[in-house]
Amino acid sequence: MSQPQTIVDKLWSAHEIVRRDDRESLLWVDRHYVHEGSFHAFGKLAERRAAVAEPGQTFGVADHYVPTRGSRRNIANPGLARMVRQLEENCARHGIKLFGLDDTRQGIVHVVGPEQGLTLPGLLIVCGDSHTSSHGALGAYAFGIGASEVAHVLMTQTIWQKKPKRMRVDVDGVLAPGISAKDIVLAIIASIGADGATGCAVEFAGSAIRALSMEGRLTLCNMSIEAGGRCGMVAPDAVTFAYLKDRPYAPTGAAFEQALEPWSRLASDEGAAFDREVALEAAAIAPIVTWGTSPQDALPINASAPDPARESNPERAQYVREALDYMGIAAGKKLTDITIDRVFIGSCTNARIEDLRAAAAVLAGRASKVPGLVSPGSTLVKHQAEGEGLDRIFREAGLEWAESGCSMCVGINGDLVRPGERCASTTNRNFRGRQGPGARTHLMSPAMVGAAAVTGHLADVRELLGNRRV
Amino acid sequence: MEKFAALAGTACPINQSNLNTDQILPARFLKWTRAMGFGKVLFHDLRFDSEGEEKPDFPLNRSAWRNATIVVSGRNFGCGSSREAAVYALYDFGVRCVIAPSFGDIFAGNAVQNGLLTAAITEQDAAEMMALLAQTPDLAVTVDLERETIVCGQRTYTFAIEPVRRMRLLNGWDDLALTESYRERIGAFKADDRSRRPWAVPPQVI
Repeated sequence: MSQPQTIVDKLWSAHEIVRRDDRESLLWVDRHYVHEGSFHAFGKLAERRAAVAEPGQTFGVADHYVPTRGSRRNIANPGLARMVRQLEENCARHGIKLFGLDDTRQGIVHVVGPEQGLTLPGLLIVCGDSHTSSHGALGAYAFGIGASEVAHVLMTQTIWQKKPKRMRVDVDGVLAPGISAKDIVLAIIASIGADGATGCAVEFAGSAIRALSMEGRLTLCNMSIEAGGRCGMVAPDAVTFAYLKDRPYAPTGAAFEQALEPWSRLASDEGAAFDREVALEAAAIAPIVTWGTSPQDALPINASAPDPARESNPERAQYVREALDYMGIAAGKKLTDITIDRVFIGSCTNARIEDLRAAAAVLAGRASKVPGLVSPGSTLVKHQAEGEGLDRIFREAGLEWAESGCSMCVGINGDLVRPGERCASTTNRNFRGRQGPGARTHLMSPAMVGAAAVTGHLADVRELLGNRRV
Repeated sequence: MEKFAALAGTACPINQSNLNTDQILPARFLKWTRAMGFGKVLFHDLRFDSEGEEKPDFPLNRSAWRNATIVVSGRNFGCGSSREAAVYALYDFGVRCVIAPSFGDIFAGNAVQNGLLTAAITEQDAAEMMALLAQTPDLAVTVDLERETIVCGQRTYTFAIEPVRRMRLLNGWDDLALTESYRERIGAFKADDRSRRPWAVPPQVI
């Protein structure tokens, strides 16, 4: 009888071409997603006059630099136009399928991959973007890489890696109403820290994870990088298979049925050993917001901002002081007393249909006290939301309904939070200047952003729910 | 890639944990090509105010550290975004080694691809080294990758780096040459994998 294996071990061994004595392994890459930011890597190919090894397994998506407002056919900003054109040219030159601005399947790469059925259980997926960890939600081994590695994958369809440690995060029990995957993952990061999973592949397990939809699992795995994780994953199950059925690039018919068997075997074996295990109780998770400049600076909404004077560790006190200073928050202030200037609903973390529904459920029939932008995760999500009338709810609340892209999560397409402004945001990073120089970001779930919009301050969505379901 | 040579120079302490790649290189500079010189925008928003004037408090702006070839910082240096341009910015500024208790995984991977050494030391040693440097900013610091030691004034510290990364830095090897030597194994794997996992090959969809 062979030793029980974790999902990480199984995925790893299925892709290992070579294992060297120095512990480096050469792994086969099943899917490689590229975007406008991949231009450095294409430049390296051009220098060597090299070809793309497997263009059929490489897919391009225009997301980071695309405008979400104004014409997308004739991009007014020449810098943005150049970035999008470069991607189009590089994909055309190398025979790579591109979901570009003229394609209704365009969107954020980490939304498009699963949506198209390109992301499947058991695959090894890389992309020059740290939030590639998202795709692990379907039971794939997916991680972000830098430009040199992107070039290497383009030229060889392989990547050198050292096998990571295996970490399991168990979340058992039932979430309270109004609590979502975003609250779970912020609670995990607050608990283990921004480097709590460094060097680890993280499996999320437990009854609360099994109960999450695919959208929720994608949010969870998306943010595993914010705890330093190499990748995050959830074992594929009936939720995964139902999600994938009839997706354009997923196997169909008999091929789909045949794939279910190997996919079902990916789950960690009973008794498989992990290098590290962490457990959280789902019922104890409250709506979480961040107060500082790292995703680990997260607290339940009914808490108060920390007070450096009460910190016993002088380094921690200094950190808290600087973070509060940047955020413009008085020490010890109640989080629900923090007023906001703007909201943003979007990003690879929280712009799927379920996220938009949750925010809309809170905003329906209500007005937002602050301006805000809603950028769906993909153009298909946008169309679906419009079919459900969600766009009207956002517009009637006073928010702007925009096209799909990375948008105000990273701000490089020009969607910026102004210096000093405070934004309640469904995104993944509250780093200094992340949403624009001097911007102040509070991370939270889509429903919580809806609550912040309606009240004009950080607010507990549970008090706004009544009969509404999010 | 250039070989990692013996390094002697000044070391700039930046006493922060979780110094993420958005701080090392703000996203708005990611459109730049390497030829434009990422070094001048290294730590841009920490180094310069909104008028573009130097912030005098930021360590890299202090006279002793303006030409630092080594940066010493807190744990989880380079966490966050996968942008390799964060490494370009450090390297193009002249930094050849970052010393910290731990690094973001993707950043550390990018560093080795570009000849930048990420030297991991204990939290205690990092704190001590930063304190020493704060006291004596122009302290001579040498980094010996062969021996995995750092000499900082009178003190000698040992550091850790993955053996394979050490080997690559010392030899200036990039991944491609190594991968090329396994070309046949890759071909054989692919052929076998196509029959083992037929579902893993994406269909042609218009």
